[in-house]
Amino acid sequence: MLSRTAENLFWMARYMERAEATARLLTMGQRMTILPGATMRDEWRSVVQVTECEDVFGKDAIIREADIVEHLILNADNPASIRACLARARQNGKSVRTALTQEMWEALNEGWRKLETYGVNDARREFAEIIDWVKTRAMIFRGATESGQLRNEGHDFLRVGGALERAQMTLRLLDVKYYVLLPETEVVGGHRDHYQWTSVLHALSGSRAYHHVYGGSYTPAQITDFLMLNRQFPRSTLYCFDQMAYRLQRLASWHGQRTPANLRSEEMVETLAQANSGDIFRRGLHETVQNKIVQCNALGHEIAQAYHFG
Amino acid sequence: MTCSEMLGEAGDVRDCYAAVQQWVDETGIEGLHRRLSEAEAIFRRIGITFAVYGEGGDPERLIPFDLLPRIFTAAEWARLEAGIRQRAAALNAFLLDVYNRGEIIRAGIVPGDIVYQNKAYKPEMAGFTPPGKVYSHIVGIDIVRTGLDDFMVLEDNCRTPSGVSYMLENREIMTRMFPELFARHRVAPVDDYPSQLLRSLQEVGPPACKDVPRVVVLTPGSFNSAYYEHSYLADLMGVELVEPADLFVEDGLVFMKTTRGPRRVDVIYRRIDDDFIDPLAFRADSLLGVPGLFNAYRGGGVTLCSAPGAGIADDKAVYVYVPEMIRFYLGESAILQNVPTWQCSKPDDFAHVMAHLPELVVKEVHGSGGYGMLIGPKATSSEIEAYAARIRANPSEFIAQPTLDLSAAPTLGPVGLVQRHVDFRPFCLVGKEIRLVPGGLTRVALAEGSLVVNSSQGGGVKDTWVLR
Repeated sequence: MLSRTAENLFWMARYMERAEATARLLTMGQRMTILPGATMRDEWRSVVQVTECEDVFGKDAIIREADIVEHLILNADNPASIRACLARARQNGKSVRTALTQEMWEALNEGWRKLETYGVNDARREFAEIIDWVKTRAMIFRGATESGQLRNEGHDFLRVGGALERAQMTLRLLDVKYYVLLPETEVVGGHRDHYQWTSVLHALSGSRAYHHVYGGSYTPAQITDFLMLNRQFPRSTLYCFDQMAYRLQRLASWHGQRTPANLRSEEMVETLAQANSGDIFRRGLHETVQNKIVQCNALGHEIAQAYHFG
Repeated sequence: MTCSEMLGEAGDVRDCYAAVQQWVDETGIEGLHRRLSEAEAIFRRIGITFAVYGEGGDPERLIPFDLLPRIFTAAEWARLEAGIRQRAAALNAFLLDVYNRGEIIRAGIVPGDIVYQNKAYKPEMAGFTPPGKVYSHIVGIDIVRTGLDDFMVLEDNCRTPSGVSYMLENREIMTRMFPELFARHRVAPVDDYPSQLLRSLQEVGPPACKDVPRVVVLTPGSFNSAYYEHSYLADLMGVELVEPADLFVEDGLVFMKTTRGPRRVDVIYRRIDDDFIDPLAFRADSLLGVPGLFNAYRGGGVTLCSAPGAGIADDKAVYVYVPEMIRFYLGESAILQNVPTWQCSKPDDFAHVMAHLPELVVKEVHGSGGYGMLIGPKATSSEIEAYAARIRANPSEFIAQPTLDLSAAPTLGPVGLVQRHVDFRPFCLVGKEIRLVPGGLTRVALAEGSLVVNSSQGGGVKDTWVLR
């Protein structure tokens, strides 16, 4: 496969995943702003931090919903916005049309210009519809991939990109929200933290799943276990790491050669699989999450190098 | 009087259109419009668009599609086919000749200066014979009809004629949407064009290739207006679609960069103009090219399709001589006639053109896409005046032809069927043998009375049927 094709598939999956993640974060942000005791500024600020575009909004400015809608949904120049992610995913797809099925292409192409037509006020009015639409696009794309794409190396490049992006999103969310999960804030936070956790779980579509696994109560240890270490929840860090290692292993067998990315991804799985939430808190949740983010970035570079991305 | 594709001389519906007429009556105009918007939605979704630069608006535009097919009878096609094949053979023979011994020039049939002084002539190609002696592997021949029995060649396209994806997609959409229409006819299929194209390209592997040649399609990139077609053809042939940055030359061979490291490439179906394929051989400022590609080609390490310099055969100044080429190389007389053409470089022709501008169509010798033309009968006197000044300044840059009354085909209008002018571009493949699928691209001038069918100027497309 052309290196350029592999690279485009890898990034296409990342951008689709990112568009969806941003949509989920926005739902979370909106939920949080209507919680008792919320200050608007804090809640949207954390969303902006997770998407890593604080400089677009300014460090100290008060962030209002209208700003969020403008910059994280509609602004074509902010690489973190939904519109930019969808356009980039489509552009990646267009450059590798021959590596996509017709349905995958249609999923990328359908309605790609929809967001151009919205002003900020329209988009605020139709906030929920837009978010649902974006999530649906991502799901249709995944469905088209799942049911139609050849299981060749291209599929593995696509899946490793998607898993990497998803792991990073969960990690960044934990990173921004880690303080509500620290055991000592239990005393201080009380009810409000409870809402924060449920909002985080909700953003990751994990609140029902959480209850199936851990029963009715929320505890920081269980939430951390769920989002970091659970091997069944498809947005947990370890699940994504498993996927990355598996896809990279398949790529190694396609190419008849293991690369540094294989070693690293396997080591990432191993370290996390041996940890428990107690260890993580002892070592410091923030430090652990930071460390995983650094490793994900390094892995991204190693993949690019191993397969000659441009 | 304009020749109607649908009506016979007595004004009755021709047999070949009878079932279509019946289908129109049954479906009704409103019904057809409804089906048309469904078709457009499909086109948009699958992304069959073309880009128009510098006009603003939608960067990826749909080409207007007309539901009513353009139909050729088996007998009409038999004649067209023979004429097209003959022309493709003669044009390739001409290219081989002018880049080698130049016999047609020595014989005094084609003047040397219109060949050797021509910008489309690439001296770098002189003395080199490409694999299989093929220069133009895909020949697009634009044909117009002026009477039920009169077909003429308007121009030849020997470089990289585009539009074949519309031929395939139009048929695909029509069969998907109107299976009942196909059940009433015996329409010759066109869907094996991609496999015939691949076979033709594989037949011209370079000397350095000892195995089945690995073919790729070379595109300038996804921002090119014909990108959809490039990816579509690569897809249907099952070959890689590469951009220049994916290729590099080493030791006279061409490689593409893959996740497994470099892989040899043997035949390149390139959709990039001569000037831009190799900055070392042609334009040094080209950002699109692959350095060293031309040397690898001349050294027998790779085959370029079409060959650089193939454009000399479709130059409008050379066009005039195609019937004589056919006689010279094949010993046959031309089956398809040229449009009578005055060359402004010749004093007598120049005088005639200047005296008859309001009746003529004048074209730039190197122009394409329907730009830079004067259509005398449609022009104002000041437009004619301005154009006359351009011709006087540089006569050899212009040719003139009578304003042809192109045939008109039934087309869906807002409230009923209307007659709109059409032309036709078949795609003839040349490898070890000459291949032609029964069909091509029919372009239609959608504005009433318009004779310009180019998509960049309001033209649309139709499915083209060859009945068996």
